[in-house]
Amino acid sequence: MPHDHAHDPDHAHAVLPSEPALRVKALETLLTEKGLVDPAALDEIIDTYQDKIGPKNGAKVIARAWTDPAFKAALLADGTAAVSEMGFYGRQGEHVTVVENTPEVHNMVVCTLCSCYPWPLLGIPPAWYKSDAYRARAVREPRAVLAEFGVTLLPTQKVRVWDSTAEMRYLVLPMRPEGTEGMSAAELAPLVSRDAMVGTGIARGPKP
Amino acid sequence: MSRVHDMGGRFGDGAVIPDLPDAPVFEKDWHARTLAITLAAGALGQWNLDISRHARERLAPKDYSRLSYYEKWIAALADLLVEKGVVTREELRAGHAEGGSPLAERKLLAANVGAVLAKGGPVDRAGTAPKFKMSDNVRTIHPAANRFVAGGHTRLPSYASGQTGEVRAFHGCHIFPDAHAHGRGEDPRPIYAVAFPAQALWGPSADPRDEVILDLWEPYLEPAHG
Repeated sequence: MPHDHAHDPDHAHAVLPSEPALRVKALETLLTEKGLVDPAALDEIIDTYQDKIGPKNGAKVIARAWTDPAFKAALLADGTAAVSEMGFYGRQGEHVTVVENTPEVHNMVVCTLCSCYPWPLLGIPPAWYKSDAYRARAVREPRAVLAEFGVTLLPTQKVRVWDSTAEMRYLVLPMRPEGTEGMSAAELAPLVSRDAMVGTGIARGPKP
Repeated sequence: MSRVHDMGGRFGDGAVIPDLPDAPVFEKDWHARTLAITLAAGALGQWNLDISRHARERLAPKDYSRLSYYEKWIAALADLLVEKGVVTREELRAGHAEGGSPLAERKLLAANVGAVLAKGGPVDRAGTAPKFKMSDNVRTIHPAANRFVAGGHTRLPSYASGQTGEVRAFHGCHIFPDAHAHGRGEDPRPIYAVAFPAQALWGPSADPRDEVILDLWEPYLEPAHG
């Protein structure tokens, strides 16, 4: 209710767009006037990444890998081909490598130089992934960062951090949680969190 | 030498704040708009991804640190639009067009968005045979810097410069960003996943079992002996 001043008398500024919002709007207006940008295309791009492409895609890949050994082998051998077959190829996901967590290795992904992330599988990266703190610290002290995410590693696990310096995009295949034996891929997919596929989380079993 | 974006290993940034489970994809409407305008402007074909990344990296360090993520995007986009002559500085200042654009015929239409995003832009190319093989020890060049252009775009982070690592995978030949960001063509080069022991990078505070893996183009690498 942006125009309802009566309920929010001390926050009149809230009805005004923030300064960057004004700058973005000005640029959109200019580019639209010049015939270079179609506002409907902008809506379509936003709709795509807000509603259509997101971590549910990656979760389907992981759940299938947990339940289909042949697919898992193909996924680890050629991630791009395997996810393409499921329809998850696209911008910022042209070269995909899937890395598997085991009792010996925990994988974690970062982009220290910018914010590279597998868009077709996980959508647009969350703010923390793009933050200076994550970019600076994930490579130097991954165990401390994992603790901030509430992740407890097994004593046997080494940590392997993947810094996405090129166009390879990394997806972590988390360990399948205990207590999920006999569950189908469709039942497992909701257990696969975005963070588990970046390596800042682990997949957790169904709540008892 | 390095620029402000090259922050891997840096101290002083504080805790990582995970988002709430129900956090929206775009925190603000203008974040979404910025992403969309950037993609749509990219579709005009006046620059490539490496030029676009470099435009963000060469924001003044003060601006880079001060601006939020999508503010950096919009600032870099405005720089590119003016540099490439897509819009004039005067138009940007006024916020209105002084005339049409010959690029208008390249405008990304709503009907084509799905196909363009699905098509992507693969960077693998035919190129030279790889100089290194699996398990080879390699040493990264020092300093980490673009060898063509002073202060130019490069994808070797400073923290991994002058370090010895082990080749773990060969990805074929990819477009070389150091060239591609500066109008020097695609110049495809072999690219490898190289693993560095965490203690070599960070000292004894790191767990001796841990490692960091980076994808590095062959010009960043030299043979390591001994």
